[in-house]
Amino acid sequence: MSQETTEKKPLLDVSNLSITFGGLRAVDGFQLQIQKGELYGLIGPNGAGKTTIFNMLTGVYKPNEGVILLDGQDITGHKTVEINRDGIARTFQNIRLFQDMPVIDNVKVGLQNQYHYSIAASIFHLGSYRKVEKEMDDAAMEFLKIFDLEKFRDYKAANLPYGQQRKLEIARAMATKPKLLLLDEPAAGMNPNETKELMDTIELIREKFGITILLIEHDMKLVSGICEKVTVLNFGRILRQGITKEVLRDPEVVKAYIGE
Amino acid sequence: MLSFLNYLISGISLGSIYAIIALGYTMVYGIAKMLNFAHGDFIMVGGYAIFTCMITLGMNPFVSILIAMGVCLLIGVGTEKIAYKPLREAGSPLAVLITAIGVSYLLENLALLIFGSNPKSFTSVVSWSGLTLAGGQLRIQGVTIVTIVVSLAVLLVLQWFVHGTREGQAMLAVSQDRGAATLMGINVNHTITLTFAIGSALAAVAGALLCSAYPTLTPYTGAMPGIKAFVAAVLGGIGSIPGAMIGGIVLGVIEILARTYISSQLSDAIVFGILVVVLLVKPTGILGKNIQEKV
Repeated sequence: MSQETTEKKPLLDVSNLSITFGGLRAVDGFQLQIQKGELYGLIGPNGAGKTTIFNMLTGVYKPNEGVILLDGQDITGHKTVEINRDGIARTFQNIRLFQDMPVIDNVKVGLQNQYHYSIAASIFHLGSYRKVEKEMDDAAMEFLKIFDLEKFRDYKAANLPYGQQRKLEIARAMATKPKLLLLDEPAAGMNPNETKELMDTIELIREKFGITILLIEHDMKLVSGICEKVTVLNFGRILRQGITKEVLRDPEVVKAYIGE
Repeated sequence: MLSFLNYLISGISLGSIYAIIALGYTMVYGIAKMLNFAHGDFIMVGGYAIFTCMITLGMNPFVSILIAMGVCLLIGVGTEKIAYKPLREAGSPLAVLITAIGVSYLLENLALLIFGSNPKSFTSVVSWSGLTLAGGQLRIQGVTIVTIVVSLAVLLVLQWFVHGTREGQAMLAVSQDRGAATLMGINVNHTITLTFAIGSALAAVAGALLCSAYPTLTPYTGAMPGIKAFVAAVLGGIGSIPGAMIGGIVLGVIEILARTYISSQLSDAIVFGILVVVLLVKPTGILGKNIQEKV
């Protein structure tokens, strides 16, 4: 694909996004363009509105103003279920796996919308039921292999080590075949080794799936290590936006993070 | 000894009916996070549907049960869509609970209006007379055996459905984290509708078995078993399918043994006393999970 055509039409195009809670303007005039295949960082101090933006992108909150275009299609105000089918998947700041379900079933939940058989087929154990379940098992195993989780397939999700739970959450999100993956603080609570492994995983899925990623992160090593561009948010407004290295050197940004 | 065995078996049989009703309570609670207090009255609706088909219209018992399951399914899903869903979406769990009580009275009074207050005498759907063991000293009625077998089959099929199928996995996912399930593209409303459909159809089965074992049918037939099944669901751990089964059977056995050996007037008091004790000692029930609060 030529550089020009992708430059013209970003995968995610957010303009003038705002939301108010009570009297508080939590996000004000947010705008963002992410090109297909980019890895984009969203950073800022606590309470800057980063997760609120994720919640608006995924339909959990309805923005008061603004337009969200995904691949040229207006998805503003869509319900969360529709947004997933539109092509956005996400992970959560505090891990939200289906804790009591086996690892493989977590991935299969993500696969649900791509596989169909009737309830009648499942009740009467018809061929289509068995065939589709087998296909889903195989597809889920493929994902587990990519994320190096296949040895845990029958573990309860809650019993996985922390770093693996984060990986499983990404695997589950990827199973929904998204165009855009949102990662909400994927490295939160990880030790340096786990963070390193996470960075490798993110690189790997970009390579494998050519996925576009927007991530929220506090770990500056991770952000400067893998994000090509960042947006810095402070008190609900954009402070700086651009190439990661330049933005992180900006005195205003340093001030917002560390203080005077 | 033999008479004890006899009472034990009828306890298990009554408990199996409670278990089937409790399954409806527990599934709806697990997935929609609401207590459907009208669930007991779905049993009564099922009972009248079977009565109308089988006795008034003279249809085959098996066909009558299938029709009753369809009727209960429609009433259950309809109630959910009309009465519960709008309130659930308005985010008011207490209003849903009160509405459920309202639906319960509505169904009872509709039945009163249509069928009158005179008890209908029900003919058992099971024509098999049962087994006689130990040289005629131990007689087990056909309906008792059928009840136990049916409830075990229902449990096994449900367990398989929930753990082995796409729809079942969606149910589990919604019950564990509704928000995350939605964001994975699962249609929560569809899943809740399916849960009500299954629970209500099971209520018709429970109605058939209950009215066969205790063959009088009034508009209030479902109320007491419904409440006891709720106790059974809490006893077993609400939200848990095997828990509902265990809770139901334990409750049925205790009720029959208490009625026989302690006092027939006190048996209900003992049943509800058990609920109090369970809530004090293990609030999550026999198979319920301990909720660990994260600080």
